Amino acid sequence: MYSGASNFVEGVDKAFMLIMGISIFFLIGITTVMIIFLFKYSRKKNKKPSTNDGSIKLEIIWTAIPLVLVMLMFYYGWVGYAPMRKVPDDAMLVKVTGKMWQWIFEYENGKTSPDLVIPLNKPVRLDLYSPDVNHSLFIPAFRVKEDVVPGYDNYLWFTPYYIGDYEILCAEYCGLMHSYMTAKAKVVSQEEFDVWLADFTPIEKESEHPGLLIINANACTACHSLDGTRLVGSSFKDLWGAKKIVLVKDNEKEITVDEQYIKKSIYDPDAEVVQGFNKGLMRSYTGVISEEDANKIVEYLKTLKK
Amino acid sequence: MSGLTQEHAQPSYLDQQGKYKGLLGWIFSTDHKRIALLYLYTIVVFFLVAVVFGLLMRIELFFPGQDIMSPQTYNAMFTVHGVIMIFIIVIPGLSAVFGNFFLPILIGAKDVAFPRLNLLSWWIFLFGAILAVLSQFAGSGAPDTGWTFYVPYSAESDSNVVIALTAAFVLGFSSILTGLNFIVTIHRMRAPGMTWFRMPLFPWSLYATAWIQVLATPIVGITLLMVIAERTLHIGFFDPALGGDPILFQHLFWIYSHPAVYVMILPAMGVVTEIFPTFSQKPVFGYTAIAISSLAIAGVGYFVWGHHMFTSGMSYSARWFFSFLTFIVAVPSAIKVFNWLSTMYKGSIDLKPPLLYAISFIFLFMIGGLTGLVLGSLATNVQVHDTAFVVAHFHYIIFGGMGFGFFAGMHYWFPKMYGRMYNIKLANIAWGILFTGFNFLYFPQFVIGMQGMPRRYFDYLPQFQVGHFISSIGAFILVTGIILMIYNLIRSAHKGEVAPANPWRGSTLEWQISSPPPLENFDEIPVITGKPYQYNTDDLGNE
Ligand code: HEC
Ligand SMILES: [Cu+2]
Repeated sequence: MYSGASNFVEGVDKAFMLIMGISIFFLIGITTVMIIFLFKYSRKKNKKPSTNDGSIKLEIIWTAIPLVLVMLMFYYGWVGYAPMRKVPDDAMLVKVTGKMWQWIFEYENGKTSPDLVIPLNKPVRLDLYSPDVNHSLFIPAFRVKEDVVPGYDNYLWFTPYYIGDYEILCAEYCGLMHSYMTAKAKVVSQEEFDVWLADFTPIEKESEHPGLLIINANACTACHSLDGTRLVGSSFKDLWGAKKIVLVKDNEKEITVDEQYIKKSIYDPDAEVVQGFNKGLMRSYTGVISEEDANKIVEYLKTLKK
Repeated sequence: MSGLTQEHAQPSYLDQQGKYKGLLGWIFSTDHKRIALLYLYTIVVFFLVAVVFGLLMRIELFFPGQDIMSPQTYNAMFTVHGVIMIFIIVIPGLSAVFGNFFLPILIGAKDVAFPRLNLLSWWIFLFGAILAVLSQFAGSGAPDTGWTFYVPYSAESDSNVVIALTAAFVLGFSSILTGLNFIVTIHRMRAPGMTWFRMPLFPWSLYATAWIQVLATPIVGITLLMVIAERTLHIGFFDPALGGDPILFQHLFWIYSHPAVYVMILPAMGVVTEIFPTFSQKPVFGYTAIAISSLAIAGVGYFVWGHHMFTSGMSYSARWFFSFLTFIVAVPSAIKVFNWLSTMYKGSIDLKPPLLYAISFIFLFMIGGLTGLVLGSLATNVQVHDTAFVVAHFHYIIFGGMGFGFFAGMHYWFPKMYGRMYNIKLANIAWGILFTGFNFLYFPQFVIGMQGMPRRYFDYLPQFQVGHFISSIGAFILVTGIILMIYNLIRSAHKGEVAPANPWRGSTLEWQISSPPPLENFDEIPVITGKPYQYNTDDLGNE
């Protein structure tokens, strides 16, 4: 477990060891004493209980010793933590957007990626940004976590020490697909990273369809891909005009995807459930997406058909 | 046995005939003992509901992927489980049941200071509880925000958040009124000769608790109202989309909810403090230290709320300052543990079910408290915050502490409350199953939490499978224990052997009156001449 995947592992794990060590010592010690008392002073053996009801000296001792120990623990925790707030100047900057329910990592040259690709042994600073609700970026192997709060400029940083793939999880509850809001941190060599970073086509902002903007703003893409991959819901690619089997109150029915069907799916998704997908996952967007915006979505979906 | 046979002028509170008969005689009774039982029954019913939700969640988590419910249902389930457990059971629990029943008796009074207000508190409580249930079924779907109602999600989720918030708000009122009632009762109603430092320690813990209830609950009340205003009137307090500050919500929420943890645990500490001396037949060790440490916990406990927010984006100085105070507040709890232990030292220990529960309280509470240090330390908090580790930690504190404290109190005072004794052998067996199940259920969550299993996850990565599996097995064992325990108590309330006035050789006032107590507790208000917990042990040899 303690593989030392980042520069913080040692400090954090030292604090773990110290606190757990002291804790286990006291837990076992006190429990043992308690059990010994139960036997040694059981009513069978001891019919003359003492009448001693206190001792100032003992009270002072068992106030002072725990006080010293907890101060020690506090100190170790603080020492392990303080560097997490001091970002080195040469850290590579990555802007992280956490939104319902996906992570997007954006590099300084404009490249975006669903996974965090980073070069070995180089400090990275993650600037955390959320357009919707609270999330929390958590990379257990690196011992880092910081909440992603709308309106706040939170950040975290670390230096990865080993090449490999590590889990990125969302630790702050953020609604329906919270547990699926995961990504990978991929630590690669500097050379590999440079090649990867250079390889992309910048998105031309002005060409974005108004319907796509609405789809992005409402995070439909967390469940519906635009490129044919199957996520929680079906892909929007080639959706328009497709023939599908849907379940209406458990009865199968064949439909063709048209304007009316798409709108119904947006406003009342559980009325007609596409075969092979689960009901109850997509919320109704009644009151969230206006009729006008729904039309734009329909227009955009038309453009996704070859 | 002390050989006291009581003949009271009045009938027992169970047989008493007031203005109303039957059920009405209960729900309109202002007798503190009847009100205590009203709370008890309400709480048990809701507890069982929340237990079922907990069990269903554990079944879902047996294996990765979707098993028996959808993510939306799961999210609603942990929200409702949390809301019911925290606001209906754990916060009011011990004060409302054992506080109501025994506070007046322990200080030699006929009732609380404001008996009608006391009844009103129960009615408000019932109303809040019904609202909480309603929020599950009425309108747009069960709330799915978690019991913490974090903004902005709670401002945006289109589930039934407003009713759930109102329920929490109403329940808060009941809690404030009970607290107020207890403070006045303790100040004004102590029997002649009962000075502050002759008062038993359970009332001391209730006193510290009541102050927290009165001072802290209004803050969460206002906060919840602000969220309601935000949702309905779109006033931007917390939601950044409306120009608010989401972290402000977290501060306000925890300013209440952290002290609330002490509302849960302090009375439980008070209960076991009564049990150790009785079953050791030895005066409590360090009376003053235990009394003062309750006040210290209540006092310092106000200023540690920030430890729930170390990763929220608070300033760096706030982070280390809250961490520092969090470590300080651990000390008074440690003092109590040492004093309980010393109470047993050289005692004459009778290991009956109440004591079994009390020592397992110490064990579980220690695990909860010590893992709290892991959470209070900045470096380690980063790793375990918002993971299964936190879930395990607070279940050890709340269930292992408050819950086992409640069970301890139940088995201690049962013969007094119902005038009948439960089956001791069965109680021991139920305890064994409960204790085993408890540790199987929650301990693995420490391990997977440290490995990075976040909380409130409907689904999980395959490496957490073993931990989840063991935990789910533990849930079944635990529930078996609970059912057996409740069965034993319910059966014995009707059919148990008739209990004597003082089955455990207790020395506090409740054991000087008959079981069950008469309507106004004492025919004549007792006069107190010395410290509590003095035992006459000359006849121990003859037993
Ligand atoms: C939480 C995941 C989720 C989100 C977010 C989501 N959907 Fe869905 N959607 C689903 C699932 C699952 C289905 C299939 C079940 C059904 O038909 O209800 C579905 C079905 C659909 C369908 C019918 C697809 C077909 O194959 O016939 C359309 C159209 C649709 N969604 C549009 C949207 C739009 C537009 C948005 C954003 C405003 C959106 N969805 C957001 C999960 C989601
Ligand atoms: Cu999230």
